[in-house]
Amino acid sequence: MKPLLKNADKNLLYPLLALSAILLFNLFFTDGFFSIQIKNGHLFGSLIDILNRGAPVMLITIGMTLVYATGGVDLSVGAIMAISGALSAQLIRPDYIKGIIEYGNTTSLFIVLSIPLLISIILGLWNGFLVAFIGVQPIIATLILMTAGRGIAQLITHGLIIVFEHESFQFIGSGFLFGIPFPIILVILLTFITWLLTRKTSIGLFIEAIGANPLASHYMGIKVKMMKTLTYGFSGFCAGLAGIIVCSDIQAADANNAGLFLELDAIASVIIGGTINGGRFSLAGSIIGALIIQALSTTIITRGIPPQVVLVFKAFIIIIVALIQSEKLRAQLKDLLKRGRK
Amino acid sequence: MKFKLNQKNIPLLTTLLVFIIIYVAGAFMYRGFFSPRVFINLFIDNAFVGIIAVGMTFVIISGGIDLSVGSFVAFTGVLSANLLANTSLDPVVVIIICLLSGALFGFSMGSLIHFLELPPFLVTLVGMFLARGLSFVISLDSVPIRDETFLKLSSIAIHLNKGIKIPFIAIIFICTVILGVLLLRYTRFGRNVYAIGGNEKSALLMGLPVGKTKVLIYTLNSTLCALGGLVYSLYTLAGYPLAGTGLELDVIAAVVIGGTLLTGGMGFIEGTLIGILILGLIQTIITFQGNLSTWWTKIFIGVLISLFILLQRYLSTRNLNKNIQK
Repeated sequence: MKPLLKNADKNLLYPLLALSAILLFNLFFTDGFFSIQIKNGHLFGSLIDILNRGAPVMLITIGMTLVYATGGVDLSVGAIMAISGALSAQLIRPDYIKGIIEYGNTTSLFIVLSIPLLISIILGLWNGFLVAFIGVQPIIATLILMTAGRGIAQLITHGLIIVFEHESFQFIGSGFLFGIPFPIILVILLTFITWLLTRKTSIGLFIEAIGANPLASHYMGIKVKMMKTLTYGFSGFCAGLAGIIVCSDIQAADANNAGLFLELDAIASVIIGGTINGGRFSLAGSIIGALIIQALSTTIITRGIPPQVVLVFKAFIIIIVALIQSEKLRAQLKDLLKRGRK
Repeated sequence: MKFKLNQKNIPLLTTLLVFIIIYVAGAFMYRGFFSPRVFINLFIDNAFVGIIAVGMTFVIISGGIDLSVGSFVAFTGVLSANLLANTSLDPVVVIIICLLSGALFGFSMGSLIHFLELPPFLVTLVGMFLARGLSFVISLDSVPIRDETFLKLSSIAIHLNKGIKIPFIAIIFICTVILGVLLLRYTRFGRNVYAIGGNEKSALLMGLPVGKTKVLIYTLNSTLCALGGLVYSLYTLAGYPLAGTGLELDVIAAVVIGGTLLTGGMGFIEGTLIGILILGLIQTIITFQGNLSTWWTKIFIGVLISLFILLQRYLSTRNLNKNIQK
């Protein structure tokens, strides 16, 4: 007999249930939550808003999933977002920090996009280099960039909030394609490409193997150090893209607040999605995880609770999910049950 | 007897050398840098970082990590400021509540790490955001401290001649360092910390109380964080929920620069003290320079910690090669 659900689908079941629970709560307690309107050929509504606002988190979650599966973690994503946003704003308005209001020549979109993304990738590769080749614990290697990175971002903007206008650049964060907000399309594209790269080639298997047992993977002939470094580079790229979206959406670069505390959201999403720190990963799970986090934030904020307080809820969610996944706890509970029966 | 440079001393000596180089360079570059006042200020401005770094040294030697320190400083600050402003509790009781909440916080994290085998980075990361979130729950804005006892405490000082004085918070800092050294060097607990960091499995097989020690280490660290938070609120006379963002890196940097091995098993609190003073010197030089912004501090610390990690790595691989050649 065929099992009702494949093993992979089973892992998605609980995150999906959690997401449905949050949506159901809103169905009853938030007016007009499920209404989607079409204005000027664009989709609007709370659900679209959750997808749109969640785009940066979903992007960095994709990178974080792969890093987490190799047994690492990337704390620097928020800071890299700030750096890439600061860079693109600075490229659009190079004279702003000197106090000149005029724009000068319009910078081409290609440069505004490619330089921040390139720098983000390099920063990610630096993390990977520290982790894979120098052997620093991932948490500390990326912590360096997490704090020093904000310093770099502030250095780029000279501590100012650079505001700008740039028609084609703004499209990335706030434009619509086929009526759908462009960030959502970017997320779908990147998820699809990552899925192709990891699941339709052996790269995904390599990453899981490295996470499960680096030494055995090395003996099998996988280039462990190179793969790890590239994963961090990819995470840097995702963070850079997320930074560009945020920066282009609010038409400003804020080195202090761009991507602040977002590393927690990404880690939470990855854990909720069922990815193991060093082992199997699930891209779909992570995306659902990110949606849960975003839906929860939106729900809490619409209840009138200050957004900063959402941190407490997120912290509890992570610890609860981690407890559910803890094999040690499960074993202890089973032990207790057995004793109880006797 | 010939003095031999052994593996253990190289990082510590490098640290001392770096300190002397930066200090002498500062003394030559800026007028008034080489004065007792500037030197004592190092102990005042970095008192709270230093106290936390003592706790972090224990954590890192045991092979763990604690990312929650910065947020917990903010939490203690906001908690104490609010209790003083909005309740009629005695200031002494407020201090005890803060220290106890630190102990409880650390105990919970240590228990999750040890008994449920959750990775330390995950647990303390959650702790980091939880403490930050809770500070926001208590207050979204900065709360000033106007309590008389606190004001008095912040003005107590030992007066040396020529108007130079060592204030209360610097004294607490120095006492914490001394107690930390004694605890790590001369007690069973201290030796257990080294043993766990060296090899947890061996420590367990030797019959050492690994679980108890690990939980105690995190409890001690968070209690010291609470103390650091109180010292910080004495220093600024306010509680601010965004205080201490990025403090984790400063503290970890001080410990690593001080010669403590990130992988655990080796390290000194004396080194951490010098590490703190180096960070303080960098800050002082940036202030003396005048035209450099404060964010340079973060970048310098990032560069410095990277360099020291590379040095540690170089030393440990060299040692490995030597052993193989033997």
